[in-house]
Amino acid sequence: MTKRKPYKRELPTDWWLKHAFYTKYMIREGSSVLITLYSLILAWGVLRLSQGEAAFNGWLEALQSPFSIFIHLLALALALYHTITWFSLAPKAVDLWLKGKRLEDKVIVAGHYGAFAVVTVFCLLIITL
Amino acid sequence: MSETTEKTYKRSHEPVFWGLFGAGGMLTAFLTPVMILITGILIPLGIINSQNFSYEKIHGFATTWYGAVIVLVLVALPLWHTLHRIFHALHDIGINRGRDWQQVICYGFAFAASIFVFTLLLQMF
Amino acid sequence: MSELMIEIDVLRYRPEMDEKPFTQMFEVPYTPDMSILEALQYIKDHLDSTISFRWSCRMAICGSCGMMVNGVPKLGCKAFLRDYYPKKVSLEPLANFPIERDLVVVMDDFIKKLEEVKPYIIPEKEKCLSEGTYQQTPEQMAKFKQFSMCINCGLCYAACPQYALDNKFTGPAALALLARYNRDSRDGGEAQRMKIVNQEEGVWGCTFVGYCSVVCPKDVDPAAAIQLLKVESSKDYLIGMFKPE
Repeated sequence: MTKRKPYKRELPTDWWLKHAFYTKYMIREGSSVLITLYSLILAWGVLRLSQGEAAFNGWLEALQSPFSIFIHLLALALALYHTITWFSLAPKAVDLWLKGKRLEDKVIVAGHYGAFAVVTVFCLLIITL
Repeated sequence: MSETTEKTYKRSHEPVFWGLFGAGGMLTAFLTPVMILITGILIPLGIINSQNFSYEKIHGFATTWYGAVIVLVLVALPLWHTLHRIFHALHDIGINRGRDWQQVICYGFAFAASIFVFTLLLQMF
Repeated sequence: MSELMIEIDVLRYRPEMDEKPFTQMFEVPYTPDMSILEALQYIKDHLDSTISFRWSCRMAICGSCGMMVNGVPKLGCKAFLRDYYPKKVSLEPLANFPIERDLVVVMDDFIKKLEEVKPYIIPEKEKCLSEGTYQQTPEQMAKFKQFSMCINCGLCYAACPQYALDNKFTGPAALALLARYNRDSRDGGEAQRMKIVNQEEGVWGCTFVGYCSVVCPKDVDPAAAIQLLKVESSKDYLIGMFKPE
């Protein structure tokens, strides 16, 4: 008779709190909750836009409440965290070869940040012009 | 150890959702921070004059065909990214009951919101 | 001269007498050049000969001595006491695998998955010896070389929460090796392997946590292999829509 009796360890539900790497992963995934909320706020804005000027101005006014500012600041922080993690993982999904050598990770990441800066400045310019 | 019968393989439909997730994630990474900064912070605080975000300007933009497409993409595409992540995060935190329904609700939500915005934009024309 | 000592906690499990694992503490003389594996050998030689652990080469190439060192998957021979001293070191068997005995785990599931991905070159058509060798340029070799460094130690499986949550997932090392053969210009087995990749349990079980690539002792990048396979699988999906089998 076999004396084998393999022991299976249970994975605790809070496994993602036990290790900083996993916690950061969960924050990355969790950033989607506030970004979802932000998209819904914009969708709400489109609804108000379709209802006329008074409705749209009401939406703009609602955005001025301290609570709204707080939510947006939080969403901004998480959105930036998403950006950072997205860019840092980007080289892993890119398979570009130049003259028989793989494009270096640093180059890909730097390219992303460069484009990010251009896009951000561009958006700020068109909204203020 | 080798199996005698040939295993059957079932193709996943995940590429569809992963494609939308990737497109939405890319958009979110590049544009969402500056969008939040503009609509959620700078304009409400008056740092950017709200005249730059007036009803006339925005309505005028959203009723051109390209403006409507841009608004739809900016508002709806991130949802395909975030709800994909939320769907998978539910599994990560151990909510395993009714995965099929979770999938329908998550992607259904993104779909419904997209249609909602699309209809509004169509109405405004 | 009094010797410097370091405390080492070892998770013990003796299937014939224990219901569940328990922690046993050992005191081992400390020297800065001592590896975790050497500390275990000291324990077995001088303190408790019943302790079980796997090892062979002592130089990070056999892949036998994987274990959790303070909760992080590491090779015992490649982790050194000096990086922990004077703090305590806690050793546990590799996470996400069943414990066979003490620090020895049951890796059958990983081996099964490894076999399934056909980790060998499947030539497009057999060549006769007289036709000479299969040739490859350095550029063609560069496309897969990184992924071929895997030593099957299983650290990436211990690092993968998706494998922990659902062990139907094919997992990092098997998928990295699958990519290694698919990317090899001498190989013609891609169609067979894509069937594994395309499944829910294939690449789509991965949510890109990325810890597998961090813990790999041979700098293989399984997370990258899986992302590239996701792209391949998506292309395969599109082709499949227009050209159903």
